[in-house]
Amino acid sequence: MALSKKTKEAFLGPLNANNPVLVQILGICSALAVTVQLKPAIVMGLSVTIIVALSNLVVSLIRKSIPTRIRIIIQLVVVAALVTIVSEVLKAFAYDLAMQLSVYLGLIITNCILMGRLEAYAMTNDPWDSLVDGLGNGFGYAWILVVVAFVRELFGSGKLFGLQIIPESWYVANGGFYENCGMMLMPAMALILVGCIIWFHRSINDEKK
Amino acid sequence: MEHALSLFVRSIFADNMIFAFFLGMCSYLAVSKDVKTSLGLGVAVVFVETITLPVNYLLQVYVLEPLNLGYLSFILFIAVIAAIVQLVEMVVEKFSPSLYNSLGIFLPLIAVNCAIMGASLFMQQRVQLDPENVKAIANIGDAFAYAIGSGLGWLLAIVALAGIREKMEYNDVPKPLQGIGITFITVGLMALAFMCFSGLNI
Repeated sequence: MALSKKTKEAFLGPLNANNPVLVQILGICSALAVTVQLKPAIVMGLSVTIIVALSNLVVSLIRKSIPTRIRIIIQLVVVAALVTIVSEVLKAFAYDLAMQLSVYLGLIITNCILMGRLEAYAMTNDPWDSLVDGLGNGFGYAWILVVVAFVRELFGSGKLFGLQIIPESWYVANGGFYENCGMMLMPAMALILVGCIIWFHRSINDEKK
Repeated sequence: MEHALSLFVRSIFADNMIFAFFLGMCSYLAVSKDVKTSLGLGVAVVFVETITLPVNYLLQVYVLEPLNLGYLSFILFIAVIAAIVQLVEMVVEKFSPSLYNSLGIFLPLIAVNCAIMGASLFMQQRVQLDPENVKAIANIGDAFAYAIGSGLGWLLAIVALAGIREKMEYNDVPKPLQGIGITFITVGLMALAFMCFSGLNI
């Protein structure tokens, strides 16, 4: 299927130049809280991608029959229904992960990316573009989560996906020289890491201009 | 009574919505440019939190649990929050136009503030805890204490950040880091400072 320029832009824009986390500063809450390890971060990223894409699609399909005064409530109900489905699926097939994500799974409902995209894009564009825009924004959000989680898990506990990466013999306890950076596991470091990613992102993008 | 007091103090400092759970970050970062506006938003959050959380508590204990409808909680909670925000907006507009003028623009924002929804979801988890646990919410009084505490914690965090950002206007920050970048790092450092409360117990 040939993609029009607009559709391409809807997908590629949010990945870099118009990234929801780095540029629009949306959806920070969950981006920070679930990134201690890679696995929950990836699951969270995927869940958000699915929910943004589908809710964009649904709202775009019914956009002409939504009365503007109560649109927020309608959007919230669509999103809440999708989140409930995703969370029930996760509870059925990956119970431990669902418990690890705890309230943050439910908080996808109030994730600003969703409301932002629904208001700004799905309400005025046709379903196919909205679906692609949702996917683009979801992946734009997911890659930030993965980068932050990668750094935090690698330096915080010396592991990736729960597997030991840094050799055991390097640790001080085994006569080596290495110690895990406990700071990385704390909430505060997630904020500082995202701050640094924004710094890199802006300095690279400004140079291009 | 003691338990409610402990819950109240812990939810302001140790379990601070912003610094421990990152809830309500979006409006926290967007609106904290000056102290006055952030105070307005903070007060609105405390207000809405204090009303919605006990309502959701009653729903959870008397409707969802006995009927085994736990999976409906997301939809129900968000509907309650959206409806109450709308209701509060109308009531305030009718009875206190001056309060409406100062709070008005923030109220619609609050329906999608994660701090409100997050507090309700934490309440849902805490209801199931053993009543002896310091985090347990065992009755409606505890629910009120937790609601006011977490709202005030959020208020404290946003006013503090706004104060720092007002001062930071005059600092020489590297260009790509200006604005949102340095704000993130500031919040990170504030979160570090707040970690000293984490052992707090009454």
